[in-house]
Amino acid sequence: MSSTMVSISYLAAIILFILSLGGLSNPESSRRGNLYGMIGMAIAVLASIAGRVAPGGLAWVVVALVIGGSVGLYLARTVKMTQMPELVAFMHSLVGLVAMLVGYASYIDPVALTGMSPAEVKIHEMEIYLGVLIGAVTLSGSVIAFGKLSGRISGKPVLLPGRHWLNLLGLLIVIYFGYAFLQAHPGRDGMLPLVVMSVIALAFGVHMVMAIGGADMPVVVSMLNSYSGWAAAATGFMLSNDLLIVTGALVGSSGAILSYIMCRAMNRKFLAVIAGGFGGETKAPAAGGAAQPAGEVVSVTAQETAELLREAKSVVIVPGYGMAVAQAQHTVFEITKKLRDMGKTVRFAIHPVAGRMPGHMNVLLAEAKVPYDIVLEMDEINEDFPDTDVAMVIGANDIVNPSAQDDPASPIAGMPVLEVWKAHTSIVMKRSMASGYAGVDNPLFYKENNRMLFGDAKKMLDEVLAALKA
Amino acid sequence: MTQTIGVPTETFPGEKRVATVPDAVTKLAKLGFRVIVQAGAGANASIGDDAYTAAGATVVPDAAAVWSGADIIFKVRAPSRDEVQLMRAGQVLVSFIWPAQNPELMQELAERKATVLAMDSVPRISRAQKLDALSSMANIAGYRAVIEAAHHFGRFFTGQITAAGKVPPAKVFVIGAGVAGLAAIGTAAGLGAIVRANDTRPEVADQIQSLGGEYVGVDYQEEGTGTGGYAKVMSEGFQKAQRETFAKQAKEVDIIITTALIPGKPAPKLITTEMVQSMKPGSVIVDLAAEQGGNCELTEPGQVVVRHGVTIIGYTDLPSRLATQSSTLYATNLFRLSEELCKEKDGAFHVNMDDEVIRGTTVIKDGTITWPPPAPKLSAAPPRPAAKAAPVAAAEKKGHGHGAGEAMEPGRLVVMFAVAAVLFFLIGAYAPPAFLGHFTVFVLACFVGYMVVWNVTPALHTPLMSVTNAISSIIIIGALVQIAPYGEGPRPAVILWLAVIGIALTAINMFGGFAVTQRMLSMFRK
Repeated sequence: MSSTMVSISYLAAIILFILSLGGLSNPESSRRGNLYGMIGMAIAVLASIAGRVAPGGLAWVVVALVIGGSVGLYLARTVKMTQMPELVAFMHSLVGLVAMLVGYASYIDPVALTGMSPAEVKIHEMEIYLGVLIGAVTLSGSVIAFGKLSGRISGKPVLLPGRHWLNLLGLLIVIYFGYAFLQAHPGRDGMLPLVVMSVIALAFGVHMVMAIGGADMPVVVSMLNSYSGWAAAATGFMLSNDLLIVTGALVGSSGAILSYIMCRAMNRKFLAVIAGGFGGETKAPAAGGAAQPAGEVVSVTAQETAELLREAKSVVIVPGYGMAVAQAQHTVFEITKKLRDMGKTVRFAIHPVAGRMPGHMNVLLAEAKVPYDIVLEMDEINEDFPDTDVAMVIGANDIVNPSAQDDPASPIAGMPVLEVWKAHTSIVMKRSMASGYAGVDNPLFYKENNRMLFGDAKKMLDEVLAALKA
Repeated sequence: MTQTIGVPTETFPGEKRVATVPDAVTKLAKLGFRVIVQAGAGANASIGDDAYTAAGATVVPDAAAVWSGADIIFKVRAPSRDEVQLMRAGQVLVSFIWPAQNPELMQELAERKATVLAMDSVPRISRAQKLDALSSMANIAGYRAVIEAAHHFGRFFTGQITAAGKVPPAKVFVIGAGVAGLAAIGTAAGLGAIVRANDTRPEVADQIQSLGGEYVGVDYQEEGTGTGGYAKVMSEGFQKAQRETFAKQAKEVDIIITTALIPGKPAPKLITTEMVQSMKPGSVIVDLAAEQGGNCELTEPGQVVVRHGVTIIGYTDLPSRLATQSSTLYATNLFRLSEELCKEKDGAFHVNMDDEVIRGTTVIKDGTITWPPPAPKLSAAPPRPAAKAAPVAAAEKKGHGHGAGEAMEPGRLVVMFAVAAVLFFLIGAYAPPAFLGHFTVFVLACFVGYMVVWNVTPALHTPLMSVTNAISSIIIIGALVQIAPYGEGPRPAVILWLAVIGIALTAINMFGGFAVTQRMLSMFRK
């Protein structure tokens, strides 16, 4: 295949990728979008194989593709929808790892520099250095995020003393070795700086994500998503490949926008999230503050909950991470179906940061076959709460905390929240009175029109369903 | 020790309520109490003696038998002088007392060495809501007020277009949106009237609207929220503005329902004679504050009078006019109080003066007057929204998910452009041409990505992440071009291995990513 054919195939792939992302603007077109993505990928891979891989390498390529492909398909088949955040984090780590591998390979490759001017060589090396750096941070950060999301590592932020100084020190060392790397004779001499930098970058990735609390995971996951894109873009610069650059830029900006949306949904600065430690340091002043809610918590049984639902005309369900943990989405759907059969309006209100990754709740509800047209965003439904008879909060806490609006001293002040307390009655399902990830007490629980249904979400919802059917 | 609860027939003229109903008798029995009921006690509330018997109560022939046989007396109205004479030391009386208005009664009761719990003195805190008989009676009064108004009003409440002509809807103005006021608003709106309401506490505007009413504010800055959910006395300036508002409403509306009460004070005179004169003939005023003197200057407590063509209803016994309903709710309130007093379910009252609710309710303890109680701690004071917090939240709300078109502050915009200009200058000055080509592509791609991704619906953010993740496995090309390039000399074998591993790992991502995205997307359905 001629090089022009390869280039034009790459262009086709680029267009298909853009269409693929564009298709996600609504669920109808999204399936087609995914198809575009697959076709684009197939074209890009086949064109690369046909144009750039000598016959001797073909067998290797096929073997590697088959092994990797089967593992990938197996994972995709078996993963539970509640584990999506873990899977995504895991896959980000792979992109980071490959970016590192390609960077190293490119550095050792003696022919990569053929015909380059000295300035181009410097730029090429800088690209390698950057590519490996971003790849390494993505890799270790994603591995830790995976560990945190799957519960293998505690979700609590781990804060080293003087962590900002540590990071700064790391950055200075990285810059110094970057300089050394560029000064070294092209070829193997620069290997030491490259390796040292990789180690620091890996440590930085670990350190960064370890310091971030569980509730901030949506930001972290989307940020790592962004990094994996930048890693691909850096690799593209390294290899002078526009397809990689464009795709990396698309993915990178997508992840960046998601991080931005998530941060805004929590009313936090991106840097503050990355600096980490939310829920650790801010906890003490919150507990001592004047806004300590007081009052009675009224708890109800599953039967009484069913009774409240039975009498309601309009019900809004607010799912949170607790629903995912309890795997209760199918029961929620059964209840929804039952209530809809009884002629009630049932809708879902999704907070942008509910769950552990952007859109997590939507996917879980979709898995349980909840129609997406009754699943609404926060801004779409917040005004409707005053007309809602029952707002049922399942395993969510901070996203329905009125002190975000009422109490300027609260650590989550200014964060947009779902105004469930404006409904005639709100029912909060929780395992206990413990506070949410943000470590902030929730005055909602003490409101007069609020009822608490304590217990495991799945078990309680099963009982509610049984009571509704009775 | 099983104590006996006695329920005598109410002796107050016209009083139709009774202090317990068969349902409550059953529940009281579960707490361990024995219940005796005077024969015919529930007759006016349409509850027969046999119903009490069936629920487990003993029916006794006369009041004397009840008063002598019971350790605890449940009543609705405060006891008459004769009834007080029937009381004995140590007996417990639970009823409405109004200790502030009835100091002599309090003295007499104290002399009998009795313990008295006043249902009108239940502290207004969240925990005590279930035994707040004032609220449950006020609710009924509000409902009944509308029904009485409808009875005396010569037209429909709801607007209709009939073959015989058009009927305009009635306009109802409710003053005071406490429990009674809100009940009146809901009932009147339910009948189809146009309902407006005013209250000195601005925070009830939401509640008024939620019941189908329209909040009519007084154009004057002063907050009327007192303690315990009641209103307080307002300033002179406010009252003037308020009168103007009411005078304007009086000209427009057909029915006025007034419910304005301030604890411990005579009812404020809100509707003046001139306002009544300005109302249309046939209009109706229902004055729920009649017992405390009335909100209208022309109200005659207990009477229905017609003044200047306006019917003014001053009934003071509205709950009694809905005797079955009020008896049921009152009996439930009493049962809840019994629960509080008998936590061990051993069939005996334990008047625990350390309990905030019981302390407030108990006005005489073993002959000692304990009224008024120390001020209750306000446990569920509505948190006042900080003036600052609201605009912040509002500002955060705008344009979520559609930020592509959002305008930036000019200052930040200038800084960003300056930074970009410097960067572009540096790149232009030093970078080789080949790099610049790639850089152009990169920057443009970032913009395309920015535009495209803002259009992604938030519901699909997870698929977006998994599909971008799958797409980012395009990095496989990096490995592919390294694995076995055409026509080049010998290369270290390690490159081949790095490339093979790279391909295998990205393949996981590529196949897995697309497959899982497909799986997710196929689940989204209408």
